[in-house]
Amino acid sequence: MYALVDCNNFYASCERVFQPRLMGRPVVVLSNNDGCVIARSQEAKDLDIPMGAHYHTWEAAFRRNNVIVCSSNYPLYGDMSARVMTVLKEFSPHVEVYSIDESFLSLHHVPVADLLRYGQRMRQTVAKHVGMPVGAGIAATKTLAKVASKLSKQHNGVCVLHPQAKAEEVLATFPVSKVWGIGGRYARFLQGHEISTALDLCHAKDSWIQQHLSIVGLRTVMELRGTPCLSLEEVAPRKQVIAVSRTFRNAVKDYTALSEALATYTARAAEKLRAQQCGCTIIKVHVATNIYQDGLSQYGNSATVSFALPTDYTPRLVKAAVQGLKTIYRPGYAYKIAGVYFMGLVAEEEGSQLDLFNTPTPAPSRALMKCMDRINGEHGRGTLKLAAEGGTQPWRMRQKHLSQRYTTRWNEVLKVGV
Amino acid sequence: MKSPLFIPLLQSRIAAGFPSPADDYLDVALDLNEHLIAHPAATFYVRVAGSSMEGAGIFDDDLLIVDRSLEATLGNIVVAVIDGDFTVKRLVKRRNKVLLVSEHPDYPPIQVHEESEATIWGVVTYCLHRC
Repeated sequence: MYALVDCNNFYASCERVFQPRLMGRPVVVLSNNDGCVIARSQEAKDLDIPMGAHYHTWEAAFRRNNVIVCSSNYPLYGDMSARVMTVLKEFSPHVEVYSIDESFLSLHHVPVADLLRYGQRMRQTVAKHVGMPVGAGIAATKTLAKVASKLSKQHNGVCVLHPQAKAEEVLATFPVSKVWGIGGRYARFLQGHEISTALDLCHAKDSWIQQHLSIVGLRTVMELRGTPCLSLEEVAPRKQVIAVSRTFRNAVKDYTALSEALATYTARAAEKLRAQQCGCTIIKVHVATNIYQDGLSQYGNSATVSFALPTDYTPRLVKAAVQGLKTIYRPGYAYKIAGVYFMGLVAEEEGSQLDLFNTPTPAPSRALMKCMDRINGEHGRGTLKLAAEGGTQPWRMRQKHLSQRYTTRWNEVLKVGV
Repeated sequence: MKSPLFIPLLQSRIAAGFPSPADDYLDVALDLNEHLIAHPAATFYVRVAGSSMEGAGIFDDDLLIVDRSLEATLGNIVVAVIDGDFTVKRLVKRRNKVLLVSEHPDYPPIQVHEESEATIWGVVTYCLHRC
């Protein structure tokens, strides 16, 4: 048996752990740069505030309804997520961290008759230890556990879909478009063939499914029928692309500012690259004006620079990014977005002997990067940076409603008046 | 809450000179995290502002280690939430009433009603005070 444990309104719930006043009040969390709504508390959902709502168009409505607005505080959310996952590991030897707020657990060690109670204990423990409300869906396969988790709210937080007859009762009214792995495109196709519920899909012929939905789709159907086909992925697969891209709050015209921003994103991407022990062979930089704004002269372009040998050395990567920018920068435009993409990622051990005529990153440079990552890890991102990243960084994003980093910075821990 | 492990290096060489007499007694250096934090995922830090807990040895600007996984029992010092505000108090029972009390003569105790909005957020396990 598998469980999918899902945090309720995760970002908003993280804020509430340290600001109990937000309990019972509508809370929205904004994207980087305070652009639009990316997370809502239940109360905010009840006010019909949509995902993606633009802050500046909704600001007045938020004020009228006493909606609490938070900038996204990723250091806090990341730490709280890791805490939730750590607590869950006490309940299962096999945990797959599926996303920042969802985990699959294998529950093969729990007798079927105890699953509901076990699920409730998991829920209560996470709520007590971390302060995070979670729900759990439990079933014979991961795909069914996903279905069960969608129903957990109506079942005191834990829904067990077992045995299969019970699961099918639910699948009979479960829209096929909401099945994990089906997606909108397939759903439309299926509806055209009079398959609108998950149960309809279960009853379709294997050969027909494989023909139209491929082997991947067939696996999904087998899982809906109660046959496990997907196992837990306990080790996250290495990323194939590392992207760091941001929208500027105020458009940037100046070459220096653009170059500083790209250098900063490149340095951040390089940190991620080293964390997954890879080298990069292709770097792409991209800049563009605001295509949503009429009456503005538009321009967007990207440039690609490749390396003969994979590298993870920040100065080399930054140099390439700036070189790329030089070829695509055109003066006179108001740039709204800039980003860097690392591609052609090669694991360190694979890439080290590819090219006889080039030398890989020399040892002192490696040591320097290690040292830089450690200092920035301990004292905060950007403590140690290249001069190319700029000093005051006026192009930096705005986060006007940022809460403290209660769990990752000594000078920002929760202060309590006693 | 990651904790670096201090592993002493083997100092003595094999062939030349005398082996260190301590080699057989090599131990791992003491780690304060291990001593202060039993449940890392449930442990949070709180900075104190104010004087109402001085009688318990908790002073302004001290750092409290708070373990949310512990069940609060009478006599514990706890971080509580009263009407949406955090506070630090001692949980006691007097004349069959559960109270949150300060440790300072100037502050009256707060009664925890069944229906009141007081909840225990975590149990204070240690107080770090700069000497």
